[in-house]
Amino acid sequence: MPDTLLYGMEVALNGLMAGVMYSLVALGFVLIFKASGIFNYAQGVMALFAAMTLVGIQNGQVPFAHLINATFGTNIHHFGWTVPALLAILLTVVVMIAFAWAVNRFVFRHLVNQEPIILFMATIGLAFFLEGVADLMWGADIKTLDVGIPQGINEWIDGTTFEVFGYGFFIDNLDITATVIAALLVAGLVAFSHYTKQGRALRAVADDHQAALSVGISLNFIWVLVWSIAGFVALVAGIMWGAKSGVQFSLSLIALKALPVLMLGGFTSIPGAIVGGLIIGVGEKLFEFCFGTGQCFGGVINLGGATENWFAYVLALIFLVFRPQGLFGEKIIERV
Amino acid sequence: MLDAERYVTADGRTIGGTVLDLRNITLRFGGVEAIKDISFDIREGEIRAIIGPNGAGKSSMLNVISGFYVPQEGEVWFRGAPRPPMKPYQVARQGIARTFQNIALFEGMSVLDNVMTGRLGYMSSNLFTQSLWWTGAAKEEEENRAAAERVIDFLEIQAIRKTPVGRLPYGLKKRVELARALAAEPKLLLLDEPMAGMNVEEKEDMSRFILDVNDEFGTTIALIEHDMGVVMDLSDRVVVMDYGRKIGDGTPDEVRNNQDVIDAYLGVAHD
Ligand SMILES: Nc1ncnc2c1ncn2[C@@H]1O[C@H](COP(=O)(O)OP(=O)(O)OP(=O)(O)O)[C@@H](O)[C@H]1O
Ligand SMILES: [Mg+2]
Repeated sequence: MPDTLLYGMEVALNGLMAGVMYSLVALGFVLIFKASGIFNYAQGVMALFAAMTLVGIQNGQVPFAHLINATFGTNIHHFGWTVPALLAILLTVVVMIAFAWAVNRFVFRHLVNQEPIILFMATIGLAFFLEGVADLMWGADIKTLDVGIPQGINEWIDGTTFEVFGYGFFIDNLDITATVIAALLVAGLVAFSHYTKQGRALRAVADDHQAALSVGISLNFIWVLVWSIAGFVALVAGIMWGAKSGVQFSLSLIALKALPVLMLGGFTSIPGAIVGGLIIGVGEKLFEFCFGTGQCFGGVINLGGATENWFAYVLALIFLVFRPQGLFGEKIIERV
Repeated sequence: MLDAERYVTADGRTIGGTVLDLRNITLRFGGVEAIKDISFDIREGEIRAIIGPNGAGKSSMLNVISGFYVPQEGEVWFRGAPRPPMKPYQVARQGIARTFQNIALFEGMSVLDNVMTGRLGYMSSNLFTQSLWWTGAAKEEEENRAAAERVIDFLEIQAIRKTPVGRLPYGLKKRVELARALAAEPKLLLLDEPMAGMNVEEKEDMSRFILDVNDEFGTTIALIEHDMGVVMDLSDRVVVMDYGRKIGDGTPDEVRNNQDVIDAYLGVAHD
């Protein structure tokens, strides 16, 4: 097999793994948007906040330590214990549920029936607020996140591909784990929404608020539920991304990549979010490989690299022109 | 005490005591008084019609009963006790189901799934027990599905059970909406113009279903309808509204001969 094709395959596989990340963040967006019509700009910051909280709890950090010390002249930073990863994850889930409740109680309950743009603005405010709270609670330094996910080259894939193709693929164990976990998460969500009472109620609310009320569904409850699930998805994304590149502010910027994913997949489609994320993950890696660094077709096109910064947006733009509802979104037919 | 009020209608149905009692309800939207100091009751097992010209406040009245609107004045008594202000979902959980004048269905779901949402109140509320006791959950699912299918059979919509509701014609949507409300096995069923926009044949079907529901399950029904023929055929008692006021209340015959009602329908100038 020609080398270019093998490299290309390796690149595509790695792109797929990166795409899982985008899918996860986009999924958080879609869940909230479907159920409440809110485009949650804070989804990325939620991932950052979740990851910071997880690290903080794991390390036994005292929340708001700086604030406490500055106010009372104390000098405390740590409780002096560490918390096992699994327990810390559970506690973080509790924090995300509390956050979901607070967001609805103090923000969105007061904005019922407002224009989508107002709800969107509220989430921008929420993003800044949450970012500030995260810093205040856990400190702004870059943190390493370690919940025991295996990292480094997968020897088995490396060995097997070397035997078959004479070229060993470099696939990170972390990416494989992330993919498996994301797949489980999505399967879990689908099972939840189709086979549980709450899942049914959630789909009902996503479809029609008035009808949902008339069959006895509490909208407030569903909104807290959906924000909790989005918080959980953010936590999973935060763990994966944080384990890969450390927990730092840039984590919240993956939300920006979710936007083109949503344009591709459609804002209301869960399969769309997943497929969209994968397409963009693979697409941008392959594009960079072929045309960014000119390694395909004898290097006829070589854009000099860094295409990953814009590829997703250009692809999304093309979609906006030719298929504005996205791959999986419902066709928009204006009734007149 | 309730027994003393019991009576049997000419067609052999038993009408019981008061289920719902509306006392001096006043509802305002800004300066507009949609309902002005209206009182009436609905008795167990009866079909109670609310009629009146456009904009009379009929839908508003139904919305007050189902908790979508909160009246500024007056009390709603349900099953012998005054009801504190409630959210629509709480009213629904008390056993009051409804349909809407403008149809509110889950357009993206199949007919069966729509009807199943009417069963949500019968499903166990705890996520954890649901996932732990998987067999129990499966049994519960089966029972609720069977109940939904019975309603579907009853309303003769088996043929479209798997069809997404968004694709159905108007008349069938109205029927699916009724099915969803019935699936909840309500104590009180509120129907806002169930036959609006239907052709004669569809109207006959719908009339028959309403009578059958009332007859077979003893469901108390309050319904808004413009078609006088239908109202006179179906209902035991009629409330007539005009400009937010109650101008008549009684059996179809009494109402038909009420001068105020005749005036309102003939468009006699209001002074
Ligand atoms: N949500 C609302 N906000 C403001 N005004 C309202 C609202 N709902 C109803 N109204 C007003 O209350 C009055 C009564 O309306 P309602 O819908 O109850 O009438 P109706 O008897 O059901 O009429 P129709 O036969 O046309 O359905 C009307 O003047 C209407 O404009
Ligand atoms: Mg009306």
